[in-house]
Amino acid sequence: MRSLVLDCPGWPGHLPGQHVDVRLTAEDGYQAQRSYSIATPADGTRLTLTIERIADGEVSPYLADELRPGDGLELRGPIGGWFVWEPALGGPLQLVGGGSGVVPLMAMLRARAAAGADIPARLLLSARSWDEVIYRDELERLGAGGGLEVRFALTRAQPPGWTGYARRIDHDMLGEVAWSPEEMPRSFVCGPTGLVEAATRALVELGHDPATVKAERFGPTGGPG
Amino acid sequence: MGFVSRGFRGRRRADGPPGRVPPGQYVVTDFPVLSAGPTPDVPLDEWRFTIAGEVDDPVSWSWDEFRALPSERVTKDIHCVTKWSKLDTDWEGVSLDVLLDGVDTAAEYALARSYGGYTTNLPLEDLLDGKAWVAYAFGGAPLEPEHGGPARLLVPHLYFWKSAKWVTGIDLLAADRPGFWENYGYHNYGDPWLEQRYAGD
Repeated sequence: MRSLVLDCPGWPGHLPGQHVDVRLTAEDGYQAQRSYSIATPADGTRLTLTIERIADGEVSPYLADELRPGDGLELRGPIGGWFVWEPALGGPLQLVGGGSGVVPLMAMLRARAAAGADIPARLLLSARSWDEVIYRDELERLGAGGGLEVRFALTRAQPPGWTGYARRIDHDMLGEVAWSPEEMPRSFVCGPTGLVEAATRALVELGHDPATVKAERFGPTGGPG
Repeated sequence: MGFVSRGFRGRRRADGPPGRVPPGQYVVTDFPVLSAGPTPDVPLDEWRFTIAGEVDDPVSWSWDEFRALPSERVTKDIHCVTKWSKLDTDWEGVSLDVLLDGVDTAAEYALARSYGGYTTNLPLEDLLDGKAWVAYAFGGAPLEPEHGGPARLLVPHLYFWKSAKWVTGIDLLAADRPGFWENYGYHNYGDPWLEQRYAGD
C-alpha cells in the first residue's frame, strides 16, 4: 500500500468519493490506464491517491514501486458523481468498507474532520488482519475525536486480546453497529464484490431505503459497468 | 511522442485476437461486478417487462410470457468503461427486434429502466437489427442477480453500463434523455471503439 501525493496544476477540485483515471505511457507509445479513488478532500491543486499493489497488476506495481517524487503522471478527473459525500449534505454518515475500499470513505471522513463537522458518523471496516488496516493510526485518532465510531472486522488474523469482530461483515454485525433506518443515515459501501453484496443486502433487509445505500466496488475496477 | 511515464514498460499481456479489444481496455477472464447500489430482489412472479413512452399502446410481458418468446443464444465480446473487456461471453435472451416487432413509434431514442431505479439512454436504432437483447441466461445458467438477473439488457457494441441490469422496461422517447451514469459525466453514447468514456470524449 502506498499513498501518492500529487500536485496537479489546474485541478478543478473534487468531491470526496470521486476517482481519477491514471494513464501510463511507455517509450513506444504503449498505454495502460486504471481508476483510483481520491483519498483526500479538495485541497487546492493537491490530491492523494492510495494505491493497493495488485500482485499481477499492470499499473499498480508501477505506481507502488517505480514512481518517484518528481515524476510526471497523466491523470483525468474528477470522475463520478454518485458515490460522493460532503459535509453540507449532512448525516448521519454510515460507512462500510473492505480492504482498499476504505480509500473513498477516508476522503469523506477527512472532509468531515477538516470541516470541523460534528456530523455523527460510523465506519465499519473489514480487513484480513490488523496490519492490513489502511490508515489505521489515523482512523484511531479520528475515532477518538468524538462523533465518529470506528469498528473493525478482522477476517483472518486477530491480535492477542482482540475485542472487535473476527469474521466477515454480515447481517447481524450491521444490525449491531449500523444506524437504525429511522436515523435516515446516508450509507456508502465500498469494497470487494462479496462484501458489497452482503453489506448492501443486509442494510436493505434491516430496513434501509435502497435509494440511500450507495455502493462502489474497488479493485481493478470502479464506477459503472 | 508526448508524455512518457519514466520506467514504465507495461505487461503487454496477450489481449486476444487482433481487432477484438478496444483502445484502453484489457482482457479479463473473470466477470467483475459493478453496480451503484443494492442488488434488487425481483421475484419472477412479479417481474414484468414493458415498452412504453411514445407508443399508442404500451406492450408488457410477464416472466412466463417473456420466456415463451423466441430466444437466441449469442456469443459476444463485452467492454466495461472501467477498462476491462471479456471476450466470447455466452448469453441467451430475446432480441429487441422481437420485443419491438409491431410497436409503432416515431421515437428515435430509448431509455431503459431497471428495478432499483437505474436508467440508461441510447438511440433506438442501437436496439434494432440484431444489436440488442434482453438476456436471462449467461453461460447456460440463469443470470445471477449480481450480474443483472432475472434479466438484463445486452447491448454489447456499447460500453457495458448501457446493458442495464435488472431491466424492467424501455421508454421510447422523441427527445434524448440522459440516464443515470450519463447524468454523472459519463458519455451519452459510449462507443468503446471511439473510447467514448466520459462527456466530451
